[in-house]
Amino acid sequence: MSRSPRAEFDGELTNLQNEILVLGSMVEKAIAKSIEALRSRNIDHSREVIEEDDLIDNKQDEIEDKCIALIARQQPMATDLRQIVAFLHITVDLERMGDYAEGIGKIGLLMGEQPPLKPLIDIPRMCEIANDMLRRSLDALVKRDIAIANQVLKDDDQVDGLYDQVYRELVLLMVQDPKTIERATFLLWAAHDLERVADRATNIAEQVIYLVGGTRGHTKSSRY
Amino acid sequence: MPNNEAVLSVRDLSVYYGEFRAIKNISLSFQANKVTALIGPSGCGKSTLLRCLNRMNDLIPQAKVEGEVVYSQQDIYDPLVDPAQVRLHIGMVFQKPNPFPKSIFDNVAFGLKINGLTENIEDSVEKSLRSAALWDEVKDRLDESAMTLSGGQQQRLCIARTLAVEPEIILMDEPASALDPIGTLAIESLMRDLTERYTIVVVTHNMQQAARVSDETAFLMMDEDRAGYLVESGKTDNIFQNPQDERTEAYITGRFG
Repeated sequence: MSRSPRAEFDGELTNLQNEILVLGSMVEKAIAKSIEALRSRNIDHSREVIEEDDLIDNKQDEIEDKCIALIARQQPMATDLRQIVAFLHITVDLERMGDYAEGIGKIGLLMGEQPPLKPLIDIPRMCEIANDMLRRSLDALVKRDIAIANQVLKDDDQVDGLYDQVYRELVLLMVQDPKTIERATFLLWAAHDLERVADRATNIAEQVIYLVGGTRGHTKSSRY
Repeated sequence: MPNNEAVLSVRDLSVYYGEFRAIKNISLSFQANKVTALIGPSGCGKSTLLRCLNRMNDLIPQAKVEGEVVYSQQDIYDPLVDPAQVRLHIGMVFQKPNPFPKSIFDNVAFGLKINGLTENIEDSVEKSLRSAALWDEVKDRLDESAMTLSGGQQQRLCIARTLAVEPEIILMDEPASALDPIGTLAIESLMRDLTERYTIVVVTHNMQQAARVSDETAFLMMDEDRAGYLVESGKTDNIFQNPQDERTEAYITGRFG
């Protein structure tokens, strides 16, 4: 049987998607590790997250180069075109999530050996939900499933709610004891980074909605 | 497609070559000062449809047309209509450049002369050659044979010849398929410029060309009896980024055809 004329192109599209999943997995691990390092005050791990961000950046470049080459060689149309455009957007979002992990790694270094302000509970919870949103947004991509993508959009409210809670709690601590201001601010930054990670996951979900349906899936603008 | 600016409308058009039905029940409107691309797999009736738009099919024995092609509120297939008059208003450019074995000047002046439009003929020739983006390349050699021009120049000469009689609509059947990439780009860029004054309908096999030059796209396919029919038409951006019919999607992404 002769090879279908699309066999090569389809193969390359599948490979690209697999590369994006690899990048997604690198980013997810970086985010989890950055928060775990912060919680357990493991400076070595914080430093590793910062260093490993280069790998994420390289992977992004690699995927973008492949997308551009595919556009140049195949001149894609319709779903093929939307797919590659979505891949490019998703890659940028993932790379930026990696930057947030790096940012949390730097906060880990800044906090250094200072005594913990309080046991971290809500921030690791935010991290879990944000990472879960990331995983499911990529799951929606693989399955081309708008329902999963829409659920990711909804879940952003949970992360926003937790961020509100963390914010109020930290402001209260700062008002009560100005000596906590520096450490509280560091934690607020970390929480803010996680809030952004969740936002980027909703971007990916929106790209899936665009890819599958050809229409934009923007949510109402969230508070952050 | 909205009907309000339509300069030409096809209504329930079917064409037969003897017993064979080449296209069936096509209804489609062409908007003024736009480029409309007709795309579809080989044999789907694109060229047949195009040739109906200025009664070129009259030249094929056994060709029979049903339905209407309305231009200026008149069915051009009305028995009272003179096909030569139709072709003055609706000109055609063919796949292979077909200049006459005459001088560059005479090629452009030809249509004017046979239609008795001999006043200011030099001005008309210059204007047409300028509109076809060929003037600067040929102004010093108007007496030379058209056969000395390159393929791309010959095709622009044929466009100038069509423009000389000042049609309103220009039909183009694969106008760049015999040209190299530079010649192709020149024709495509010319098509964009011509929409200022003309309405263009173009048949092309080149999907990227359709996407580049056209405002509207109509996609045709053929049924099991090999009769061509319209699948989907609309704004070119929509057809190529987000077609509504899965047959269109399959065709433009190369899954069949």
